[in-house]
Amino acid sequence: MKRLLPFLLLALGLALPFILTAMGQEYYISFASRVLVVALAASALNLILGYGGLVSFGHAAYFGAGAYTAALLAGKGAGLPAQLLVGTGVAALLAFVFGWAALRTRGVYFIMITLALAQMLYYLAVSSDSLGGEDGLRISRAALWGDLTLGDDRAMYYTALTALTLGLFVIWRVVHSRFGEVVQAARDNETRTAALGYPVRRYQLVNFVIGGALAGLAGVLMTQISGFTNPSLLSWQQSGQFMMMVILGGVGTFWAGLLGTAVLLGLEEYLGEVTERWPLFVGLILLGVMLFAPKGLGSLGTLFGRKKKEVVE
Amino acid sequence: MPLDLILEQLLNGVQFSLMLFLLAAGLTLIFGVMDLINLAHGSLYMIGAYLTATFAPHVGFFPAVVLAILGTMLIGGLLEVTIIRRLYARTHLTQVLSTFALMLIANEVVRMIWGAQPIALSAPESLSQPVQLPGFKYSAYRLFIIAAGLGVGAGLYYLVNKTRVGMWLRAGASNREMTRAMGVKIGPLYTLIFALGAGLCALAGALLGPLLSVQVGMGENILILAFVVVVIGGIGSIKGAFIGSLLVGILDTAGRAFLPTWLTALFNPQLAGSFGPALASIAIYVLMAAVLFFKPRGLFPARGTG
Repeated sequence: MKRLLPFLLLALGLALPFILTAMGQEYYISFASRVLVVALAASALNLILGYGGLVSFGHAAYFGAGAYTAALLAGKGAGLPAQLLVGTGVAALLAFVFGWAALRTRGVYFIMITLALAQMLYYLAVSSDSLGGEDGLRISRAALWGDLTLGDDRAMYYTALTALTLGLFVIWRVVHSRFGEVVQAARDNETRTAALGYPVRRYQLVNFVIGGALAGLAGVLMTQISGFTNPSLLSWQQSGQFMMMVILGGVGTFWAGLLGTAVLLGLEEYLGEVTERWPLFVGLILLGVMLFAPKGLGSLGTLFGRKKKEVVE
Repeated sequence: MPLDLILEQLLNGVQFSLMLFLLAAGLTLIFGVMDLINLAHGSLYMIGAYLTATFAPHVGFFPAVVLAILGTMLIGGLLEVTIIRRLYARTHLTQVLSTFALMLIANEVVRMIWGAQPIALSAPESLSQPVQLPGFKYSAYRLFIIAAGLGVGAGLYYLVNKTRVGMWLRAGASNREMTRAMGVKIGPLYTLIFALGAGLCALAGALLGPLLSVQVGMGENILILAFVVVVIGGIGSIKGAFIGSLLVGILDTAGRAFLPTWLTALFNPQLAGSFGPALASIAIYVLMAAVLFFKPRGLFPARGTG
């Protein structure tokens, strides 16, 4: 059953637009695309946070970097392949620079420095005219082939599904490779892993860059869904939301990103229709989960069972 | 650039720094003594400002500030006893997300009570006239903020360095386990620290309210600045928070005021207009990165060196 799960999910993913159409709920196709794209970014954070054990509080930076790069390229008339390639590349480069600086520190300082670095990017976007300031940048949807553009809900959905599938495949391969084993070993016991002769920091940096690149890919697709970018994509609240998703989904479990995103965005969408006070309920639910079920909704999490260790200096 | 303009901007920088210090002082104590990352700290600042704006039309500005501080301390104390207390032994990740949730809840509750629009809070009548300083006129209200900030800073210094509670505080920040072992009752101490932090937040919110706008989410950006201050100054150190606040506040204000002009002198005006403000906002994060590069534990680490 467990081996079949990815294929069942993929089949469900492929069939979803038809199911929604049959139910007369086409509106939700575009919502589903958003879930898939955000799930890709959240899964990328899960690679860093769950498998790498590094609490990065600046994940929005890579997501937003991908989005802004794509929007700038789109403004110059570049097509989708160029946007995807360069957007992912820029995010990877950024993750390399930020990761290099942040990985000099540990613990609380790592949380704070990733946050601060992401804030730099946020303020750059807010105050720079060429990035559109507070308003951000509008784009026209990229063409796929012929007259078909990503403005078409189904085309967008299947593009997002392809990206998420590829992204999750990459993450699965990374996690189950020798490389991934070392990264997880370093999460569980950094000193011992280093003593075995592994250059821990370098492994963590590469893992960080992979996560950043996938978040950038998600960012590029996000601009195609919404048709614009704005600084809120880079905000620390956005970073917090990614973390929320990973934790709700069960940090360090493979499906955490997808599950957490589906639950959180689904909750927002549902509550948003019922009451305009939805953030209150999202907050209460999150607080409840954190206080009473810190392993997340999927109970497979292992990382969270550990108690916080006192830092002895 | 004329000297009086530079002086005025410096005073603005000091004024902002001191308010930042009020937030950072509470944050660094909570961080250092309880090992808690508290994102809800900005919400207490917001609540302080809202309470002041609510009381001010009825009782006048200064009594309103006092009431707001007491009210926010009460809210902070209750929050500590009911929720925050459960988070001390948890991972930093859990703390970040739980307090993030508290922030969402606080924003929504404030929006429910006071509405989504910013509400009015004006500076007291008695301080509305500018005062004549040598060479230029300066806002009396801002001068009052500077004086209040310095006064509270001195009070905190006395509390932390000269009193028994302060001794427990310093002990807790440098070695929590040992403090517990030496018989300090940490439960009430933690509640007290949290309420104290809440009171300082409320004071900052109340005093900055007339200068900035009193609205939902007002505490979120200043919260991040306060975290930058705490990290630069060294977690748990009041002195570090003070120096860090001055560095960050002055750099931020001066950067915003002068950088665009300097850049215009060096490059073309369009480029300077576009990147000047961005560079000014980024300057403090560059400062933080530089400090962490050379002193990874901040300028004045409180934790024992052993």
